[in-house]
Amino acid sequence: MNIKEGEIFGLLGPNGAGKTTTMNMLCTILNPTSGYAKIGGYDVFKEREEVRRSIGIVFQDPCIDNFLTGRENLAFHATMYHMKKREREYRISEVLDLLDLKGKENIKIDDCPAGVQRRFEVARGFMNHPKVLFLDEPTIGLDIVARRKLWEYIRRLNDSEGMTIILTTHYIEEADYLCDRVAVIDNGRIKVIDTPDNLKNSIGKDVISLEIENGRRKEFLNVLTGLDWIEKVEAYNNSFELSVSGGDERVPELVNLADENGFTISSIDSHKPTLEDTFIHYVGKTIRESEGSMKEERKARRARRRGRR
Amino acid sequence: MGKIIDPLPMYTMWLRQMIRFFRMKARLVSSLVMPFLFLAFLGIPLSILPSGAMPGIPEDMNFLDYLAPGILGMTLLFSSMMAGASVLWDKEFGFLKEVLVTPVNRLSIMLGRSLGGMTTSIIQGFMIIGISVLMGVNISSVSGLLLSIVFMVLICATFIGFGLILATQLGEMEGFMSIINMIQMPIFFASPAFLPMEMMPHWLKSIICLNPFTYGIDGLRGSLVGYSTFPLIHDFVILLVTSIVLMLVGAYCFEKMEAN
Repeated sequence: MNIKEGEIFGLLGPNGAGKTTTMNMLCTILNPTSGYAKIGGYDVFKEREEVRRSIGIVFQDPCIDNFLTGRENLAFHATMYHMKKREREYRISEVLDLLDLKGKENIKIDDCPAGVQRRFEVARGFMNHPKVLFLDEPTIGLDIVARRKLWEYIRRLNDSEGMTIILTTHYIEEADYLCDRVAVIDNGRIKVIDTPDNLKNSIGKDVISLEIENGRRKEFLNVLTGLDWIEKVEAYNNSFELSVSGGDERVPELVNLADENGFTISSIDSHKPTLEDTFIHYVGKTIRESEGSMKEERKARRARRRGRR
Repeated sequence: MGKIIDPLPMYTMWLRQMIRFFRMKARLVSSLVMPFLFLAFLGIPLSILPSGAMPGIPEDMNFLDYLAPGILGMTLLFSSMMAGASVLWDKEFGFLKEVLVTPVNRLSIMLGRSLGGMTTSIIQGFMIIGISVLMGVNISSVSGLLLSIVFMVLICATFIGFGLILATQLGEMEGFMSIINMIQMPIFFASPAFLPMEMMPHWLKSIICLNPFTYGIDGLRGSLVGYSTFPLIHDFVILLVTSIVLMLVGAYCFEKMEAN
């Protein structure tokens, strides 16, 4: 897979798909068991120093010193990259501006709300003018408002500094909103790479999702397969995803059909394909179903709490 | 890159330790409580013993004078072990990853941290010396006080290295915290920090002689209150060799440590 300069690229996949592992390998933290990768022409495994100098990272778990202020954290990071004092001060005020963190830089990280802490981590990530910025689940554990805000900032970074941004996420909306291109991965393999729009169009038709009440899914499937306007059926327990031609007017048709055959539809909904539908199409289960996500969120929250001690 | 020691990041690591140290005042105060209790409730009362009552303590020295360098050593031992192991805290809170993805080599990172830990330990050490003097301990001379800094540095280097080795081998904070007392306390008690070697049974004496901490205590005592069991140069050489070995092993372990 190739990631272009200046784009926002998303790695989308269920938990355990290998998003963070991919990220860690690209960031020189983990050694790959096979294969290779290059960032800005540098080999990730043979030219670590050069790679490290040209990237910035925001990790999935909070990785910021709680006892220091935001400014101190930024300054710490900058000196690790050998930034001289004047350059450092200039850059700090630049990134504070960009992420609207002015006025918060002298508060201990511990005393900042989670959204602001995260923003400081993002700010730190691009202190050193990286060519590529990695964001591993940047909005995990944030409330909706903080998440939206962070999205705006990520966009702004990409616009104003022109840096390539690679992010992993299991929030579909996030990938849809932010990414120029998305790779859907599962079990360590790339299922598909394309723009969110193309991905949505690739499964083509309108989508009807419905749920039946009693558990005779096999029989219901048989009823559905007889219809020529249904292109594709995917069933999970009692819920079905149909790709159809026609859209809304098919809803009453389906309800009647179910009635005639003695099935009860408990819910039905027709919509244009979303990135989530695409995801289900390629990965075969809804992202929310993978129980890992709650666990991970809890873990992140726990880590934040612990960091507060 | 090729540069093995990278001064600016090292300074930054050091500075970070200092800021944290002075920001956590409660921790600083609580680290002084135990030494204070030892001096006040053991040192002062036992000083009423008639001179010569304890074998191994010279006739013209009271017990408080004898004990103070030992308690100073204890403070250094505990704080350096913790400083060495603080890498586990950073790992726990993820900060270690942030440091390890920067283009700074690990040796510089480790040295910067260690220098920070050393500085904070020695600051605590001077506070203990201050408390001791207030309680009436006689420091023999200014040059002795300066010489004691050398021994403080060596004690810190030795046990920061040791703490770092333990931390990297155990790999997690829970494990470290559960065994730290089991390791620290024997090191402390199997030394002449509390009581002179002359009072110990023979078998214990040989253990005490194998403990590098013994030579640190002896060196501190020699330089601060002018009495030591061994010649100071003897203490110095043994401690120097031990600290270099432990720091090297510690650096190697840190080099191999996983960030996750």
